[in-house]
Amino acid sequence: MNTATVIRGRGPWQLAFERLRNDRAAIACIITLLIAVLVAIGAPLLALLTGHSPIEQYSETGLSATGIPVGPGAEFWLGTDGLGRDVLVRIAYGTRISLLVGVVASGLAVLIGATVGIAAGWFGGAVDNFLSRFMDAVLSLPFLVLALALASLVGPGLGVSIFLIAFFSWASVGRVVRAEARAIRNREYVQAARAMGASNLRIMFVEMLPMVSATIIVYATLLIPAAIAFEATLSFLGLGVPPPTPTWGNMLADAMAYYKVAWWLLLFPGAALLGVTFAFNLLGDSVRDALDPRHDTTIATSAEDE
Amino acid sequence: MTAFLLRRIAWGALVVWLVATLVFVVYFAVPRDVARLIAGRQASEETLTVVRARLGLDQPILVQYGRFLGRLAHGDLGESFVTQESVNSIIARDLPVSASLALGGATLWLLMGVGAGVVAATRPRSRTDRAITAIALFFYSMPSFLVGQLLLFFLFFQLYLAGFEFFPPGSYVPFSENPLQWARFLILPWFALALVTGAAYARLTRGAMLDALGEDYIRTARAKGLSERRVIVFHALRSSLTPVVTQFGIDLGTLMGGAIVTEVVFGLPGLGREVVQAIGKQDLPVIIGVTILSSALIVSANVVVDFVHSLLDPRVRT
Repeated sequence: MNTATVIRGRGPWQLAFERLRNDRAAIACIITLLIAVLVAIGAPLLALLTGHSPIEQYSETGLSATGIPVGPGAEFWLGTDGLGRDVLVRIAYGTRISLLVGVVASGLAVLIGATVGIAAGWFGGAVDNFLSRFMDAVLSLPFLVLALALASLVGPGLGVSIFLIAFFSWASVGRVVRAEARAIRNREYVQAARAMGASNLRIMFVEMLPMVSATIIVYATLLIPAAIAFEATLSFLGLGVPPPTPTWGNMLADAMAYYKVAWWLLLFPGAALLGVTFAFNLLGDSVRDALDPRHDTTIATSAEDE
Repeated sequence: MTAFLLRRIAWGALVVWLVATLVFVVYFAVPRDVARLIAGRQASEETLTVVRARLGLDQPILVQYGRFLGRLAHGDLGESFVTQESVNSIIARDLPVSASLALGGATLWLLMGVGAGVVAATRPRSRTDRAITAIALFFYSMPSFLVGQLLLFFLFFQLYLAGFEFFPPGSYVPFSENPLQWARFLILPWFALALVTGAAYARLTRGAMLDALGEDYIRTARAKGLSERRVIVFHALRSSLTPVVTQFGIDLGTLMGGAIVTEVVFGLPGLGREVVQAIGKQDLPVIIGVTILSSALIVSANVVVDFVHSLLDPRVRT
C-alpha cells in the first residue's frame, strides 16, 4: 500500500462487510444459498419444465413394471420415489419448507431470546434471576421427546413445527444476549441515558440493542441451519409437515425403505439438506470472524494475502 | 459447598417436577377420551366405564394429578395403556440399550472430537487445521439421522453388496451375553452418534485451546523450558476442558434417555425408539414415563457438572 492512498474513516459495520467481501468461503456460501432461494422460488417453474407436479404419482412412467422407482434419466432427471413421484420437483418444493421454517423459526427464536436476554441483563436482580432460571429450565428439557409428543398431540403441521423449533431454540440466544447486556449495562452512555430520564424500553432497545446486535446476527445465522436440521428431523420421524407435501425430512424417511434399490432417494435430498446447512454454518463462522476479527484466523490470513 | 450442591439438587428436582406437570397437563387436561383410545372404537359404554374406573379417569383432574405425583414420588411410572406392562419394567429393559449406545458413542466422540480439536489448535492456519475445521463443520451440519443413513448405505449396504456383512442393522445383543456381538451391532450407531457430536467437540476444543494458548501462563510455562507436549497437555488442554466438561454432561444426560434418531435409523430397541413408537400409539404412560426419566437424567448430569466445576474452580460456588 503506498502512502498516497486516501485514508477514509470506516465504521465497524463497514469494516466487517469488507472483511466478508474478501472471504472466498463466505462468497461461495452466499452463492449456494442464493441458488437455494432461487430453486425455492422457481419450484413451480421446474414443475412446468419437467411437466411433473410434486405430489402426482406417475405410476405408468415413474415406476418399473415390478413397481420399483425409476432412476435418474431423461424423463425424471433425478429419478422417482416409491410412489412414482418426481424426486427433482419434490426436492425443489422441499427447499421452500426448509428455508421457510429455518428463517421464520430462527427469526422468532432470536426475537424472543434477544428481548428476554436484554430485559434480564438490564433489569438485573429478581427479574434477571427469574428469567435466567427460566432459560436454564427450558435448556434442560429433553427437547426432541417433548417436541415429538407435543406435535403428535396438537397434530403436526407447518405452523406447529415453526412454533416448536422456536420454543426450544430461543433460550440459548437469550443466555448469550443476557451475558452481553449485563456487561454493557454499566457503560457510561447507558448510565447517561438513564440520568436523562430515558424509559426502560428506550434504554433496552435504543441504547443497548445496537451494542448486542453483532452477537444477535451471528447467532441468527447459526440458528437457521440448526432449525432446518430440526425440521428435517421432525419430518423424518413423521411429525413435521405431513405428507403429501414434500419436505427433505419426509423424503429421507421414505428413502429408508428404498435405499437398497434406489440410492437417488437417499443421496439427492441428503445432498440438498447438507448443502444448505453446511453453507449456513460456514457463513455463520465467517460472519462471526468478520464482526470480531480477534476471534479467528481464516480471515486474518486472507486479509494478509491481499 | 454442601449448601451449593443442595441448592443445585433442589433446583433440579424443581425442573423435573415442572416437566412432569407439563406433560401431565398437556396429556390429561386436554379433553379427549383416553378410555376410548384404550378400549377401541367398538367398546360398549359399560367397558368404557370399567376402564375409566380402573385408571381413575372418572376422578376430578386434581385428584388424578395428586395420584400421579404420589406414584411418581414412589418411583412408580404407571403401566402402558397398550400392553399393560409396567413402565418401570419397560425402562429397565430399554435403558441398557440406550446406555450402551450413549457410553460407547461418548468414548468415541471424546477421543475424536477433543483429539482433533487439540491437533487443529496447536497448528493454527495450517493445512491440517483447515482440513479438520472443514470436516468438523461438515459433520456438524448434518442432522444425525442423515449421518446414520449414509453410514448404513456406505458401510453396511455397499459392503454387503461386495459380499461382506460386517455391520448389520436392526439387532441388539446384550453385553452380558456376547460382548463381541454387542460391539458388532453397535459400531455403526456409535459412529453415527460420535461423528455428529464429536464435530461439535472438535469446534469447542479448538476454540478453547486457541484462547488458552494465547494466555500469559502458557508463555511462562514455555519460558520455564517445559517441553511443548507438557505445555499443551498439562497447561493448555487442562484449562480448555471446562467448556468441554459442561457440554459433555448435558450431552451424555440427554443421550442416556435415548438417542431417538439413531435408535430409529438403526432399529435399536432403546428408550428413544420406544418413545417414538409410544407416540404413534398414543400410549400416554410410556411417553410420560420416558420424558420424565429423560429430564431427570439431564438434570442429574447438570448437577454432576456443577459439582465438577466447583471442584475445579472455587469461584463457581455462589
